[in-house]
Amino acid sequence: MSARQISPCRFQRGVILLTALSALTSFAATSSSAQDKQSQTEVGRPGGRITVALRTDPKTLNPILAVDTTSREVIGTMQADLVHINRETQRTEPALASSWKVSPDGRKYTLALRRDVKFSDGASFTADDVVFTFQLYLDKTLSSPQRDLLVIDNKPIAVKKIDNYTVEFDLTKPYGPGERIFDSLAILPKHLLESAYRDHKLGEIWGVNAKPEEIAGLGPFRLKSYVAGQQLLLERNPNYWRKDASGTSLPYLNELLFTVVANEDAQVIKFKSGETQILERVGADNFNLLQKDDPSKSRCLYDVGPGLEFVFLLLNMNSVDPTKHADIAAKEQWFRDLKFREAVSLAMDRKGMVRLVYGGRATPIWGNVSPGNKLWLSTNIQHPDRSIDQAKALLKSGGFSWDANGALLDQQKHPVTFTVIVSSSNTQRTKIATIAQDDLKQLGIDVKVVPLEFRALVDRVMNTHDYDAVLMNLVNGDVDPTPEMGLWRSTGEMHLWDMGEKAPTTPWEAELDKLMESQMTTTDYATRKKLYDRVQELVAQNLPLVFLLSPDILVGAQSTVGNFRPGILDPYALWNVDEQFLQPTGAACR
Amino acid sequence: MSDRAKRNALLSLFIALHLVVILPGFFSTQGYAEQSRDLPFSPPTRLHFVRPDRHFSLRPFIYGWNQAALDIGTYEVDRSQIYPIRFLVRGSTYTIVKGITASTHLLGVDKPGRLFLFGTDDFGRDEFSRMLYGGRISILAGWIGAAIALFTGAIVGLISGYSGRWVDSVTMRLVELFMALPWLYLLFAVRAILPLRIETTDTFILLIAVVGIIGWARPARLVRSMVLTAKERNFVLAARAMGASNFHILRKHILPQVLALLLTMAAYLIPQFILAEVTLSFLGLGIGEPVPSWGTLLAELQKYNVLVNYWWMYAPGIALVALFLIYHWASSTIQQRVGVPLT
Repeated sequence: MSARQISPCRFQRGVILLTALSALTSFAATSSSAQDKQSQTEVGRPGGRITVALRTDPKTLNPILAVDTTSREVIGTMQADLVHINRETQRTEPALASSWKVSPDGRKYTLALRRDVKFSDGASFTADDVVFTFQLYLDKTLSSPQRDLLVIDNKPIAVKKIDNYTVEFDLTKPYGPGERIFDSLAILPKHLLESAYRDHKLGEIWGVNAKPEEIAGLGPFRLKSYVAGQQLLLERNPNYWRKDASGTSLPYLNELLFTVVANEDAQVIKFKSGETQILERVGADNFNLLQKDDPSKSRCLYDVGPGLEFVFLLLNMNSVDPTKHADIAAKEQWFRDLKFREAVSLAMDRKGMVRLVYGGRATPIWGNVSPGNKLWLSTNIQHPDRSIDQAKALLKSGGFSWDANGALLDQQKHPVTFTVIVSSSNTQRTKIATIAQDDLKQLGIDVKVVPLEFRALVDRVMNTHDYDAVLMNLVNGDVDPTPEMGLWRSTGEMHLWDMGEKAPTTPWEAELDKLMESQMTTTDYATRKKLYDRVQELVAQNLPLVFLLSPDILVGAQSTVGNFRPGILDPYALWNVDEQFLQPTGAACR
Repeated sequence: MSDRAKRNALLSLFIALHLVVILPGFFSTQGYAEQSRDLPFSPPTRLHFVRPDRHFSLRPFIYGWNQAALDIGTYEVDRSQIYPIRFLVRGSTYTIVKGITASTHLLGVDKPGRLFLFGTDDFGRDEFSRMLYGGRISILAGWIGAAIALFTGAIVGLISGYSGRWVDSVTMRLVELFMALPWLYLLFAVRAILPLRIETTDTFILLIAVVGIIGWARPARLVRSMVLTAKERNFVLAARAMGASNFHILRKHILPQVLALLLTMAAYLIPQFILAEVTLSFLGLGIGEPVPSWGTLLAELQKYNVLVNYWWMYAPGIALVALFLIYHWASSTIQQRVGVPLT
């Protein structure tokens, strides 16, 4: 994956991503109770329409091309995958594949497909569609974002049709996350796309302006109309394959309307007035406001708990050209000093950040795994309390000193000052930076905060390495550790603190490489957990990133929406839109 | 009120306002960057005169916050903690001009009491102190911008109006070009190419200078029209007939005619440039955190929850309106006195 592809709105399960807007900051996690038991799915009433606001227009309806969150979200309601991760339980469930078998060596997956399933245009779904779909995802020339996920250890997975309703996948190596690999990979209609693929025109079709009859899918809804900049209307797919407990065909809703509302405050006002039924990705301030201001209990607001996002301060330790960036090279002397990084971490007022920036709706973290990820969180990570005195003692033992005005000096008596860049469109992160600035001032470090346009920031972090420090976030696409390969492996494309390393430079980095590789090709959970616990321990001890906090996932729905079960992974509110329904009177919130 | 009394009152208000923003350190109750992280969005501290035992106290006092209530995020006073307001107290150190520092503040309370006359912002920083410091930046921006615009405009206008012919044509086309320039986009571009490690105050002054340089076009036009009529006056013609040099005529006869106009323009332009600063900061192009300006303070109101919940955050807006009215009054008074048209 090249750096160019990392965009603020890129969404891909299985890959770590950067997000720009505060509203896009979080992916879902589960609350502790939801981890093991699934809440009861109610039998709903057919009919009605749910309106959901989108931040931007979808860029495309073509699953092969979609990289932004909005497009992926819309496509998610129109398409279906073979195996689906239940966002509430974090576990896999049969979808288009009714069952699957794993070979004893953990390499081969044999999937039995559902019979009598029809696309939304009435054509039958068979193994040919599956083979064709994976051919598209794996085609290098199409550079689909899903390709990264389907290439394990530099070898693409192999797909073979056994019969009309059986497909065999060869993952080339035992693969830790197992069948989770199939989630969110939309199965596409061969009969509609084959000729375009042959003519190399796949990139031009299924755009937002496509006619509804040109698009077909296996998801609960299909396209009805689209007005650019205003709305996208989907209607019920009469051929959808799922049925509820009483045998009624899903989805319950007749229509699903996406309206484009560009800013969060406007979305909140529309939700408040009842114009939209579901509010996704709301900030803590607005969440608290909505919660306070609802005497008639007409809305249900859910704090699903900390998500899979982590916000951190990254000190630049890349090997920059000292002739070109002499100032950065000089600063890296401090940043490479573990004592300096520990002192910075000790000075951070994580609790203050959670309180002031997120109104308490976030969790302080000291390691890379958010507390929302119950399956993988290591309990051995230390949570040292904030202590300016200890931080100063550490700096002193590292040879730092202070001048008469209390400014920190390094071993050569140069004042320690640096710049923290932060995405200008993200007010929350700018606020965190302001707090960090004040915290570091107490150590005698003069820090400047420079808000930069997000793309400019990513370019500096990923390509030019022309920065001192950056306050940013990463979001895991799944609870599984494998998506973090790119971050922790020294050759990884997201190895942010020292990119483009040929080989690990420190013993702990070498150990990280080994641990991450062996966890990926191990299938036993307990063994993997042990390996990953050690990863978390190494990361917390060596602080390549100074972890700060993990924001909560906050969503809302009118109390008339039934079966609203916000979940763990993106899309956390609409993942079960096929089961959601409208009831005439509001019910009590769960 | 007689006209004279009214004028004196407004004049003293004008002076007082500028005095306060020239010396924000003295009038503020704490530093602009001092955070009280346990008190975000604290409402303004109420001043009391009657003690809980119903005794009247001439010296106003405040109550402390109830710590237990603070922990759950609500503000409740604790009537057992009483902090009388004291005058000329020692507090945080501030800089008057580079190199000279002081630590005496006009108002204050004993520790651990905290006085927030206008409440606090989201970091628990005192809004009153930030407003005073913010005024300094905003008014400074207005003055610098106006000075650059007037200076450039006066010179261009004088030369253009006095020399006429092709010089006039060329400069006036240039004026039209500058008036048509989309300055906001220009500023975005300037901000984007600036290096990272430049001081935030330097960036800011640079941006204001850019605004000032773009703003010279209108004053230049006005000055030119004044010069055009002035140079045909009989005393100017007489001076020329007597062999006075161009420079002499410009300096002795035409510039005095234009000065009154410039003064009126200044009173009219300064608020315009203050507004430009507010616009810049509102769009995130202004001075960086933690230094406040009225624009960055008002930018907080972009957030819906701040807008509907925390009324004290409107204070810089009210200050801005008051300042505008005073400048407007100053501009019209000068105009009446010297009798120049201003359009």
